[in-house]
Amino acid sequence: MITGRFFAAGADRRIAITILILLAVAIIVPLLNLAVSPTSAFYVPSYIVALTGKYLCYALLALALDLVWGYCGILSLGHGAFFALGGYAMGMYLMRQIGARGVYGNPILPDFMVFLNYKELPWFWTGFDHFWFAAIMVLAVPGLLAFVFGWFAFRSRVTGVYLSIITQAMTYALLLAFFRNDMGFGGNNGLTDFKDILGFNVQADATRSALFAASALMLALAVFVTWAIVGSKYGKLLMAVRDAESRTRFLGWRAENVKLFAFTVSAVMAGIAGALYVPQVGIINPGEFEPSNSIEVVIWAAVGGRGTIVGPIIGALLVNAGKSWFTGVLPEFWLFALGGLFVAVTLLLPKGIVGMWDSWRGNAKALRAASLAEEAGTDPVVPPQQKIVRSAATKPGDWSSSSPEPQPAE
Amino acid sequence: MSKSNTILYLDGVSVSFDGFRAINNLSLVLDKGEMRAIIGPNGAGKTTMMDIVTGKTRPDEGEVFFDGQVDLTKHDEAEIAMMGIGRKFQKPTVFESHTIEENLMLALKGPRSIFPALFHRRSAAEARQIDDILGIIRLGDKRDQLAANLSHGQKQWLEIGMLLAQDPKLLLVDEPVAGMTDAETEETARLLKEIARDHSVIVVEHDMHFVRELGVKVTCLHEGSVLSEGTLDFVSADERVVEVYLGR
Ligand SMILES: Nc1ncnc2c1ncn2[C@@H]1O[C@H](COP(=O)(O)OP(=O)(O)O)[C@@H](O)[C@H]1O
Ligand SMILES: [Mg+2]
Repeated sequence: MITGRFFAAGADRRIAITILILLAVAIIVPLLNLAVSPTSAFYVPSYIVALTGKYLCYALLALALDLVWGYCGILSLGHGAFFALGGYAMGMYLMRQIGARGVYGNPILPDFMVFLNYKELPWFWTGFDHFWFAAIMVLAVPGLLAFVFGWFAFRSRVTGVYLSIITQAMTYALLLAFFRNDMGFGGNNGLTDFKDILGFNVQADATRSALFAASALMLALAVFVTWAIVGSKYGKLLMAVRDAESRTRFLGWRAENVKLFAFTVSAVMAGIAGALYVPQVGIINPGEFEPSNSIEVVIWAAVGGRGTIVGPIIGALLVNAGKSWFTGVLPEFWLFALGGLFVAVTLLLPKGIVGMWDSWRGNAKALRAASLAEEAGTDPVVPPQQKIVRSAATKPGDWSSSSPEPQPAE
Repeated sequence: MSKSNTILYLDGVSVSFDGFRAINNLSLVLDKGEMRAIIGPNGAGKTTMMDIVTGKTRPDEGEVFFDGQVDLTKHDEAEIAMMGIGRKFQKPTVFESHTIEENLMLALKGPRSIFPALFHRRSAAEARQIDDILGIIRLGDKRDQLAANLSHGQKQWLEIGMLLAQDPKLLLVDEPVAGMTDAETEETARLLKEIARDHSVIVVEHDMHFVRELGVKVTCLHEGSVLSEGTLDFVSADERVVEVYLGR
């Protein structure tokens, strides 16, 4: 009981620490980049700011996936699609900001449209010259797709590996669609050559730092929102659906709606991650819909610890740092390393890094409690007879076989 | 037969799985406030009958009515649960990664939509209800423990507690004493009789001592239809029942 509460408090403390670290990083890293002389030992170079900003977006994506996978058992292999759609919505805004500064100097049409002989802006590009409109689309497009997809999938009770396969098919279909030039999203080159965001040069150090800070703040917000969702009665229900879906139905809950809400929220989070990612990397192309991207996200979450809030963040940061290092040293072996890592984690650390840490801490605590109890000359914490299922317990309210004390039933 | 004053009314119900008739022209009537024990060998169709009533399985033919007027074949599991039919599974099914208290909280009668659940705060009335149920199922001192750590028998009781929290009109209880000691079995019989004072109940059970303890009308199912019905003494004296139980 007490340990249960203690760990609950420990988990809350962990969330608070994570949020504080993210807030601190959002302030300190830009300061160290902008206000410190490049010759100083504390200087953070701009490329590091951009790189870690990108990692934070990946971490947000991994957290989004874990909301549905870790907490509701929906193994989505298509979350990269929601990320990419958010990215495209932001990319369209950034394209419109180029204005007449493109190679062809057309004030309305982006370069690729001039090149492809478009006469006018396709209808679905209208509004993207306003940031507020693009921002709404960043949320609405992935959210709506997830809602419609989830509506059909969860209502027809598609679960398990079949659901994973259709999410994978979804992102693959989008990949093929966005590759086409006549879709109006720049074909296989995607959207790039961005100039400004909200009137600031996307390449400038200050803008990069601001985007980094925005990513860290957004991740902190997402941690808080996920924590609030998971801790609510709805969150308990989400896990209940994960563990015993039919039980929830026979209690009167609509499991499909439970899943649909989490899936939609998760897709919106993924879309935000994509929108923050695009200005930091300077390009969005159909490659982001690649099915393997979505699978990588699953690996990040698994490595860090599925079903935890901090785990997917740690997983995304570590695996991507490893990827950056590896692709510098032994680029041809990265995929093997990633595959090997996934196998190793699945076999050796089924609960990921955070899960392993927790159980290690749990054991250490139990040992310490036991040795303390021994010093005090009392019994160790767990009375041995409690392990035997139906002992002759005599405490009132215990599961008692020898002395069933009648209790008032109402 | 008139449907009025019945809580459950099954008439001519059949269902086949890949050509195998699991339920075969089954008719069964439960009066309001009645408790009924259903016995029958493995594979007799007892669990399938509950699946039909709770909307998990659609019958191929026949009528299934709840409370005299609601056609259950037109509703799904969640709707049927909300109308007031609660069910305990044969294999105890609780939410293992939640505490006992959280299990009860999720079962507690109340709104079943997403947004109220998202912003739900436990009221004093709810806390009291949960305390009451914890007292009844005798898991009060384990309220903060994970359901996964309960023994098989305790899980059975927790699931019955969840049924109580749901406060249904009709309870379907599938093999509640499987895996229990004799003393626990007695306790469970006492509990169910207590519940039956203000609920309609169907209990499926193999354990004859337990059924005797309940002291209610018994229906024996065999190969998907009713073989015999009456008092336990009457049913167990029925030659066909003896034959079914002693071997074929
Ligand atoms: N979903 C199903 N698919 C195929 N066969 C089933 C299904 N449900 C039940 N059955 C079959 O129907 C018969 C009756 O099963 P059941 O209702 O579980 O029996 P009981 O609960 O009386 O032991 C069994 O032979 C079982 O194999
Ligand atoms: Mg059965």
